[in-house]
Amino acid sequence: MRLTCPICGDRDRREFYYQGDAVALDRPDGGAGAETWDGYVHLRDNPAGRTRDLWQHEAGCGAWIVVLRDTVSHEVFGVELAMSVGEAGA
Amino acid sequence: MRVDGKGLIDRDRAVSFRFNDRYYTGFAGDTVASALLANGVRLMGRSFKYHRPRGVLTAGSEEPNALVTVGQGAAQDPNVRATVQEIYRGLAVRSQNAWPSLRLDAMEVNDFAWPFLGAGFYYKTFMWPRAFWERVYEPVIRRAAGLGGLSGRHNPDAYEKAFAFCDLLVIGAGPAGLMAALTAARAGADVILADEDSLMGGRLNAETYRVDGQAGPDWAAEAVAELAGLPNVRLMPRTTVTGAYDQGTFGALERVNHHTGRRGGGAVLECFWRIVARQSVLAAGALERPVAFRDNDRPGIMTAGAVRAYLNRWGVSPGARVAVFGNNDDAHRTAQDLIEAGVEVAALIDSREDVAQSGDYKTYAGAHVCGSSGRQGLRRITVRRAGREFQVEADCLAMSGGWNPTVHLTCHLNRRPTWSDEIQSFVPTPGAVPGMTAAGACNGVFSTAGCLKDGADAARTALKALGLRPRRGGGVPDADDTAYRLQPLWAVPGKGRAWLDFQNDVTVKDVKQAAVENFRSVEHMKRYTTQGMATDQGKNSNMAALAVLADATGQGIAQTGTTTFRPPYSPVSIAAMGAGAQGMGFAPRRLTTSHATSVAEGAPMIEAGLWYRPSYFPRAGETTWRQSCDREVGMVRDAVGVCDVSTLGKIDIQGADAGAFLDLVYCNTFSSLAEGRVRYGLMLREDGHVMDDGTTARLGPHHYVMTTTTAAAGNVMRHLDFVSQCVAPKLDLRFTSVTEHWAQFAVAGPNSRELLNGLLDAPIDDGTFPFMACGPVTVAGVAGRLFRISFSGEHAYEVAVPSRYGESLFKLLVARAQALGGGAYGMEALNVLRIEKGHITHAEIHGRTTAFDIGFARMISAGKDCIGKVMAAREGLLDEEREQLVGFRPVGAVRQLTAGAHVFEQGAEATRVNDQGYVTSVAFSPTLGHFIGLGFVKRGRARHGEVMRMVDRMRGIEAEIEICAPVFVDPEGGRTRG
Amino acid sequence: MRFSGLRVLREGLTGNKGWQPHWRDPEPKAEYDAVIIGGGGHGLSTAYYLAKTHGMTNIAVLEKGYIGGGNVGRNTTIVRANYFLQGNSEFYSHSLKLWEGLEEDLNYNVMHSQRGLINLFHSDGQRDAFVRRGNAMAVQGDDAVLLDRAGVARHLPYLDFDNIRFPVYGGLLHPRGGTARHDAVAWGYARGADRRGVDLLQNCEVTGIDIENGAVRGVQTTRGAIRARKVGIVVAGRSGQVAAMAGMRLPIESHVLQAFVTEGLKPCIDHVVSFGMGHFYMSQSDKGGLVFGGDLDFYASYAQRGNLPMAEHVMEAGMTLMPMIGKAKVLRSWGGIMDMTPDGSPIIDKTDTGGLFIDCGWCYGGFKAVPGSGFSLAHLMATGQHHAPAAKFRLDRFRTGRGLMDEEGTGSQHNLH
Repeated sequence: MRLTCPICGDRDRREFYYQGDAVALDRPDGGAGAETWDGYVHLRDNPAGRTRDLWQHEAGCGAWIVVLRDTVSHEVFGVELAMSVGEAGA
Repeated sequence: MRVDGKGLIDRDRAVSFRFNDRYYTGFAGDTVASALLANGVRLMGRSFKYHRPRGVLTAGSEEPNALVTVGQGAAQDPNVRATVQEIYRGLAVRSQNAWPSLRLDAMEVNDFAWPFLGAGFYYKTFMWPRAFWERVYEPVIRRAAGLGGLSGRHNPDAYEKAFAFCDLLVIGAGPAGLMAALTAARAGADVILADEDSLMGGRLNAETYRVDGQAGPDWAAEAVAELAGLPNVRLMPRTTVTGAYDQGTFGALERVNHHTGRRGGGAVLECFWRIVARQSVLAAGALERPVAFRDNDRPGIMTAGAVRAYLNRWGVSPGARVAVFGNNDDAHRTAQDLIEAGVEVAALIDSREDVAQSGDYKTYAGAHVCGSSGRQGLRRITVRRAGREFQVEADCLAMSGGWNPTVHLTCHLNRRPTWSDEIQSFVPTPGAVPGMTAAGACNGVFSTAGCLKDGADAARTALKALGLRPRRGGGVPDADDTAYRLQPLWAVPGKGRAWLDFQNDVTVKDVKQAAVENFRSVEHMKRYTTQGMATDQGKNSNMAALAVLADATGQGIAQTGTTTFRPPYSPVSIAAMGAGAQGMGFAPRRLTTSHATSVAEGAPMIEAGLWYRPSYFPRAGETTWRQSCDREVGMVRDAVGVCDVSTLGKIDIQGADAGAFLDLVYCNTFSSLAEGRVRYGLMLREDGHVMDDGTTARLGPHHYVMTTTTAAAGNVMRHLDFVSQCVAPKLDLRFTSVTEHWAQFAVAGPNSRELLNGLLDAPIDDGTFPFMACGPVTVAGVAGRLFRISFSGEHAYEVAVPSRYGESLFKLLVARAQALGGGAYGMEALNVLRIEKGHITHAEIHGRTTAFDIGFARMISAGKDCIGKVMAAREGLLDEEREQLVGFRPVGAVRQLTAGAHVFEQGAEATRVNDQGYVTSVAFSPTLGHFIGLGFVKRGRARHGEVMRMVDRMRGIEAEIEICAPVFVDPEGGRTRG
Repeated sequence: MRFSGLRVLREGLTGNKGWQPHWRDPEPKAEYDAVIIGGGGHGLSTAYYLAKTHGMTNIAVLEKGYIGGGNVGRNTTIVRANYFLQGNSEFYSHSLKLWEGLEEDLNYNVMHSQRGLINLFHSDGQRDAFVRRGNAMAVQGDDAVLLDRAGVARHLPYLDFDNIRFPVYGGLLHPRGGTARHDAVAWGYARGADRRGVDLLQNCEVTGIDIENGAVRGVQTTRGAIRARKVGIVVAGRSGQVAAMAGMRLPIESHVLQAFVTEGLKPCIDHVVSFGMGHFYMSQSDKGGLVFGGDLDFYASYAQRGNLPMAEHVMEAGMTLMPMIGKAKVLRSWGGIMDMTPDGSPIIDKTDTGGLFIDCGWCYGGFKAVPGSGFSLAHLMATGQHHAPAAKFRLDRFRTGRGLMDEEGTGSQHNLH
């Protein structure tokens, strides 16, 4: 399995750390309530198909990246820096 | 027997080798199988269940019968295919799974008990009496099962792993693969051509085809020579591509020295390759399938393709009088090749009615072989034609039920192959592996001309995807283009047992019985009968078994479907895929700058994550670790000790928003920390539990240095990256790990300042350097940092210098400490000191504890957000019933405490429901003269003073203990500040 | 038909003509008292205990493929009860007791073999953690023995004690731990349930869950609508998709766990050996193959196959721990879909929809739970009350923080357990 780090290029999977669903980028406010926080920390859409998840090029540049991927075929559709996603969204 | 004038072996180089207790001679280029056949040896193994006598069935890695053990002693290598193992001088192989000998195998008794040992019999019996399973039945079954044996000793051979990258990986070097490689390489693509055989050329070396007017092997050799001369081509013979993985990654096993006797001295036995290819061409060929008929498993019965391979490639006829049986034209080619080589052909039996006489041998059209005889080798076959049966003398039967494309790799990413009525087999589904094109026989194209063209076309497809242009001209060479015609023939009807899976002894009866018992799904049938689960993974048998099942269930083969093709294509040794890890190679070793000095001092070094740290520093006269540890604790409490704490994670954080960032990652506040001050910080996970703790120093307005625990350094660094990039990307800061950049030493004890002042260019005092102060210092002329922090509870400092000065500083500090009545201390003393002081480590913050549990709930600042704040406030995490951090001390006759013990109320039975808590850390406190402990007890903070019972069933220790505050020495902190 | 040695003998003497289907292939009825979605180990055992213990025989198991085709047929067959947190401890203890009588109960040889399981430790801190675990097992009434290095060497003389990156300090022996023949467990429960009247409906994929006024009324399937007032979702690996049919979002992320088996070898490993430091474990099957595995591939996946980095890591761990296995050749590798929860422990609970129950989140430890999980879910479905040993497997524990069972202590990131 290989991923393309937006900074370093095409690299082997073993250079990357996997965190989970990119929902982690959408941290709620402190006052958002228990249901919202439960949804953020625990509950997952967990799709069998296209997903958007969060990885880190830990053994490379250290960049956190958002990967658009298929959980059934393992096809990768796109990768972008989490930082730019966060900035665009914020 | 050897046939003159045939074969690609080197008849000038005789090679002797041993099989069981006899020496045999073959020629360079022989495999064990070809050499044994040349010597008239047909019996090479025994089957798994019935211990039937077996000879070779094939001439390749798919061999199910002729498995041998190579070598002796620690290096013995079981389950080696005699059909793959090349002979070399000194090679010794022996047969397996037979006792006392291959010829006379006592376990052959199973063959007579076969009516009771059919499919799944073991699920229905061995249940009574219950205790007999583990004691009687299972041990007997286990001893009888298995094939070869491991030596039981550490593997002495060397293995390697490597990465390779290419534009195009061509898998298989037969006509299609060679043509694909030539086409791509001539166009300038970086090509890797891998083939599992020692000699590239595939079936061209096993047949009598002509290519471009040349003999097939000659054309192949020329193609290989051309490829070898190109700088953009890497040829990898003896390399099996074992698996296709995501994004163009392939696993491949190179058998580097199995064909030589070279061992040791750096000689690598195998290399496991990870090949990353932008495009791939699968040209893996096809495997011939046997026909199931009664007793079709005798030594001497083999696939027709194997007979031609032994004849044409190795110059060996597997028999003196060979019969041929098939449902396709290959049977005729086999007979022709044999006749031309001067071998007697006993008969040609073709299941098809309308076949012409193809040569000068007795031909039976519309006939079947329906039985065989010969106890340890074929003597005659029974032929059935038009309802009449008769016998034909033969010592070898070449059989062909048609060919199955080697689709395996195209299915490794889960796609199923597609049924082809035309070839009565499965072919690759296009696009099954992104970037892979199948070509040649593995794509269902069986003529040589078709393979050459298909290979060239596949290469063009790959070149287009790579953005490269095929070179003009260089057309596809002329070759045989005879169509492949067959009539389906899977199992010849009749009584008795007809083998499908030779090794696992699965017969047509077994598959039918499985269907009767409602194991009608192909996966159920496989699992119930073990069909296809042998070392060949069904390569020889699955298609026929599917057909038998389809027949039994009334479904078509296409509807029945296949079982799943899984990596590896052929078995890979654990040593190859795990290369590099044996011994110390499994994980990196991290050494501190004081390592060599500590070792020289006699300190036992223990693993702390990837680090090594000194356990204690023994002195003359000390015979136990406790003596050293107690002394070192006393040194720190009474004088001064020195300890290397460089393994703690150190993260340098700078930027205008560094303070705001720390406020977010720590539950307490750091933006308000004064410059030149240090603060203890508690870091939570987002789920509200404690992640780590440590001190962070503010060195400048926008400059902090965080320390983490040794264990969590990596996790914390990643977490900070996550928070800064994903949670708060707008904060203006940068940080980097400086763990390796600084050597840092704790200097602890009442004499610590005196020691340091002897080294610092500018002496310090309580006014300039109070508790929790920090700042730049010059230590013996070297710019460093000083932190007045204490893990031991004593007046203590940590002094940091760039790592290159670490060793010198450590020696200097220890020498000064010794002069002041102290010395170096290790992990044991460090642990005692921190327990005495009630400082927690990951023994306490083990991932399930909250700030509330350890009594630090008030550290979670109300005035700001932080990671973990919301979830830490969940009702269940603030329940007073939770287990809370406490101290323990012995109050009964038993004075010892043990970590891992559980805690119960006095008088309560030690059961799960009565469990009140557990002990996490214990130490004998030389300061107090008794054991002390830390741990967790339900409602613990409200239970100080309560006497409870500590139970350690594992160590057989029970003790009366009193719950107390978790700080045993200097709870007011006077010594720390003093 | 009752299975026995005598029956095998008699059939053998009479041409093996009397064998019968192990289970029927009935047509779906329009309505059942209860349906179980999922014909894996847990679903089949649930149906079995509903029928056997609670007398509910008008029930069906709906399986989209063939029974036993999921994780129960692709695991590394380890059976143990060596958990240390309350909630898990009593559950696995109960499950192991069910295992210990399973052959007689099912009249099917599932080859449960209590060969002993040894968890190795490699530091003083790990020893303390394993002592805590062993004590938890002991006070639960299960068995655990602390071994020092010499004790480990007596049991596992082939480990590398002299030249190994993480030296062996000792181990925790769980004598009643062991293995079983995984497929046989599914088949045995299937046959047992079928014999009690349960309809096993294969190739019957659930496509919708019918809910009216907050209560379940039945399911839609590829073989037609089926009415039922009680529906259990027991579909490890597809829990999220089926739960979504009832409007639920689960605390689950699906991950791939690889496993490996070598070619058959003469007996060389008696125990189940677990090397936590290297995330590696191994046992030897009765057929002779070394069965082993390690950690998750760590990325969300439904592919039932993995990639090389973890495969290599697992083999590397094997080579540092027991270099005698170097010449064993890996025959096959595969992957299963693991329902990973935020605390690594499972869920057996009611849902907000009346009559709808869920059993999921077994992470990579579901095989040993097959009897206990079915027993407890059957109890819950039949009585409406939580079965005591499984009473802590609540769905709401993540929201409330009450009763989390994080054995690994790695927190809410799903793939770290």
